[in-house]
Amino acid sequence: MAHEVERHTGEAALIDVHNGHGHAEHAQSFWTKYIFSQDHKMIARQFLITGMIWAIIGAAFSVLFRIQLAFSGEQYPILETLFGHWAAGGTISAEFYYALVTMHGTIMIFFVLTAGLSGTFANLLIPLQCGARDMASPLLNMLSYWFFFAASVVMLSSLFLQTGPASGGWTAYPPLSALGDAQPGSRQGMDYWLISLGLFVVSTLLGGINYISTILNLRTKGMTMIRLPLTVWSLFFTAVLGLLAFPVLLSAFILLLFDRHMGTSFYLNEIFIANTGQALPNEGGNAILYQHLFWFLGHPEVYIVILPAMGIASEVISVNARKPIFGYSAMVGSLFAIAILSFLVWAHHMFVSGMNPFLGSVFVLLTLLIAIPSAIKVFNWLATLWRGNIRFTPAMLFAIGFVSMFISGGLTGIWLGNSTIDIHVHDTYFVIAHFHLVMGVAAMFGMFAGIYHWFPKMFGRHMNATLSYIHFWITLVGAYCIFWPMHYLGLAGVPRRYFDYSQWNSFNHFDGVNKFITIASIIVFAIQLLFVFNFFYSIFKGRRVGTMNPWQANTLEWTTPILPPHGNWEGEIPEVHRWAYDYDKDERSFIPQTEPVGDAEGVKHEVGSTKEV
Amino acid sequence: MTTTGLFLLAILALGFLITFQIAKASEYVSVLKGEKKSFEQNNKINGFLMVVFLVLGLIGVWWCNKALYHKTLMPYPSASEHGENIDTMLKITLLITGIVFFITQILLFWFAYKYQYSDKRRAFYYPHNNKLEVLWTTVPAIALCTLVGFGLYYWFKITGDAPANAMQVEITGRQFGWIYRYPGKDNVFGKKYFRMIDEADGNMLGLLWKDSTMQTPNGVQNLKADPTGFDDIIQTSAMYLIKDQPVKLIINSRDVIHDVGLPHFRMKMDAVPGTPTTMWFTPKYTTEEMKKITNNPNFEYEIACDQMCGNGHYSMKGLIKVVTRDEFVLWRAKQQPGYKAPTKAGDPALNAPGAQPAPAAQPADTTAAGAGVVVPKGNLVAAHK
Repeated sequence: MAHEVERHTGEAALIDVHNGHGHAEHAQSFWTKYIFSQDHKMIARQFLITGMIWAIIGAAFSVLFRIQLAFSGEQYPILETLFGHWAAGGTISAEFYYALVTMHGTIMIFFVLTAGLSGTFANLLIPLQCGARDMASPLLNMLSYWFFFAASVVMLSSLFLQTGPASGGWTAYPPLSALGDAQPGSRQGMDYWLISLGLFVVSTLLGGINYISTILNLRTKGMTMIRLPLTVWSLFFTAVLGLLAFPVLLSAFILLLFDRHMGTSFYLNEIFIANTGQALPNEGGNAILYQHLFWFLGHPEVYIVILPAMGIASEVISVNARKPIFGYSAMVGSLFAIAILSFLVWAHHMFVSGMNPFLGSVFVLLTLLIAIPSAIKVFNWLATLWRGNIRFTPAMLFAIGFVSMFISGGLTGIWLGNSTIDIHVHDTYFVIAHFHLVMGVAAMFGMFAGIYHWFPKMFGRHMNATLSYIHFWITLVGAYCIFWPMHYLGLAGVPRRYFDYSQWNSFNHFDGVNKFITIASIIVFAIQLLFVFNFFYSIFKGRRVGTMNPWQANTLEWTTPILPPHGNWEGEIPEVHRWAYDYDKDERSFIPQTEPVGDAEGVKHEVGSTKEV
Repeated sequence: MTTTGLFLLAILALGFLITFQIAKASEYVSVLKGEKKSFEQNNKINGFLMVVFLVLGLIGVWWCNKALYHKTLMPYPSASEHGENIDTMLKITLLITGIVFFITQILLFWFAYKYQYSDKRRAFYYPHNNKLEVLWTTVPAIALCTLVGFGLYYWFKITGDAPANAMQVEITGRQFGWIYRYPGKDNVFGKKYFRMIDEADGNMLGLLWKDSTMQTPNGVQNLKADPTGFDDIIQTSAMYLIKDQPVKLIINSRDVIHDVGLPHFRMKMDAVPGTPTTMWFTPKYTTEEMKKITNNPNFEYEIACDQMCGNGHYSMKGLIKVVTRDEFVLWRAKQQPGYKAPTKAGDPALNAPGAQPAPAAQPADTTAAGAGVVVPKGNLVAAHK
């Protein structure tokens, strides 16, 4: 299969592999090279850096509201200097607090863990690991980034509105989100929020359709589906989930916009607003409809976040344990099972929403089913480590951390998925602990693993190892210090999204814990800044990568020049002869996918390494 | 404050600088020592830290439990029978997931430590094993089926129909508080309509206290006064419940979605505008008994709003007083119905900005309806049965 992107093959051949620059393509201006680039690797970097900027903003917001939770009585004049009337007198106002909470959730889930994680690695890895010169449609791919950028601009501007950004929670349940009179944050801020996420949906769809068609159509010769590395499989299912789920979210948003501005009553029914003393004209709508539409995206969304992290962790663990990933077919099968089931569990977010309890029971069954493929994956990762020869590269550390976080957060999913227990812990800190561990920290760890592992491919340099060890250990310990105690708050029934607990008899005895959590989160945040520093410093001053394959890995991206040109390979795209996981086999440390299977080779039963059918 | 702030910032910056210099130096050292040697050294340190983390982590889990368990609700009995079921379910799940947690975390960090890189060893080429994979598919499947079985058994018990003798109380959320309504002597809740809400007139729930004709977007509405609502008791200070008497809550919201969260009873249900929801439970201990059980003289059954409902969400507190039957009868006797007879001239409803009341209900009707309240309650009940 010759899938050359014609215009670049000629120039690519000119590149000197070892000059460490590899920019000898046809003269590109700054604009076409760095800004409106159609090179998937540049788009990946754009997604990554935009995502990182958002991550800093989103995390800083969480530090601010954590300060409010731990030190609610204190006054910090600096806050008033920075935020004006939002923090009058040096204390965060309730309005500001809710805006911070809402923006933290929105930014982290959509902009960091969807765009920043799968946007980065799908763009970088799909063409490189499938053996394609670029995405199926580089133009749509570029637009995918620019729609994300536009979404970012709109969301960022909403932070500067007079009435503030959206502040009804990242789920934006109507009627609260539909009625500006019910909350100032539901005025223009909510419109900006909806428009921003509408643009974001477009970005995801453009990206997703590209990822899917690239994986299905542009694999190099010999790269059958069952020889794909697990990263590509996970990104494939992620794209499918996004493609099927995000349009439903968009429809929910459009109906919400109609309710907000055109007098329809999709979600509104029998509402009297005390602020204005007005009964609203709307009758006949149903607020629960929005929840169904929202969670039909919302639940697949958490898998959109975690699947790429799973794929990255699988790849990194296998490379650094010097062992084939254990149970490759089971890994692909469980990804597939998770993808299917993720569409059948959405209503477990709604056990106490007033939904029919019988319907709830069906969702209990389906929800707990999804724990089975998750369990298979965990055991397979453990089996991959067993009797390996483990190199603790920074990426490997984060991949192991990922597994630990995924176990801790995943097991509490079994609590919450069981409606009986959910009655008690729903919307308490137990939920916060659960999803931050399983899809917040775990997915971030997957992202860090990916960044450390593929940084040499992206920038031709290494990140500083010592800084990354410090980064890992403090983040691992810190994340547990932040989220582990929250389980206990949840078991005390402490509700989430509370600005202040002082007037509550039942919840006001957690001052010490809240201070502990806040201090831990400040430390963890500071360490992330160290990572950001390491990242940008290493782009320019890091140790140069000396070989094409610094991790001695099998996958195709390591057969490209240190800094691949647009088009990725000079000359022909290599042909693939085996799966990606032949490590420490037959006295060989690793056997790249491009090497034909020898007749004398030992165990040949692995999927994908059988000879061409 | 500003000086301490600057001081802290300076320390932070200094910390960064020092860390960075050390990191930079270690890179040079690794060049001097040779890449392989420094890799092996780093690998040893990280491998060792894996097992250190495991041990400290397990100690941390134990210590955290010691420090926080007594602050949760778990050490005390649940205040409702449903809550006891939920606690049982919680313990079964804790047992199963706890075992899995310790086994998998210990294996993870132990493997990482034990199989760290060594020059002398090679990894074991072990791509798959069907038997193992079947094993760790079926065992979780069986465990999960058990959990689903127990869970649904309790779920249907809790969400099933309330007993016939259950007391009915209506609870309505609004930004940011709760309104409780008891059906009065006739044991029937009077009808209500949200356009009749009139705070100035004390009609917080929009009960049909008078006839009214109004223009709505859905056409002209002719509303008849509903005398069953004249004896309804409307309260905002506390909901009184009887010990050992099942209670069915009828949950409403006036504006946005709220949630009736009852942590001590382990119950929770959203309040959705326009879509009434219900939940029932049986309180097991009076507030006074609970004060003794929890050893907390300030104990109260609080109702916490558990669904983001606006900027005052955190302050949306309600109160439940569980009392003995005698105390309840006493409290009940003291309650006045919320009903106010409409006055002809100064009817505040006419001036209220919100509800557009009828172009004058017939004076005769008003009088008739007004008369209803003077009639002894017994008669009224009889009239409507």
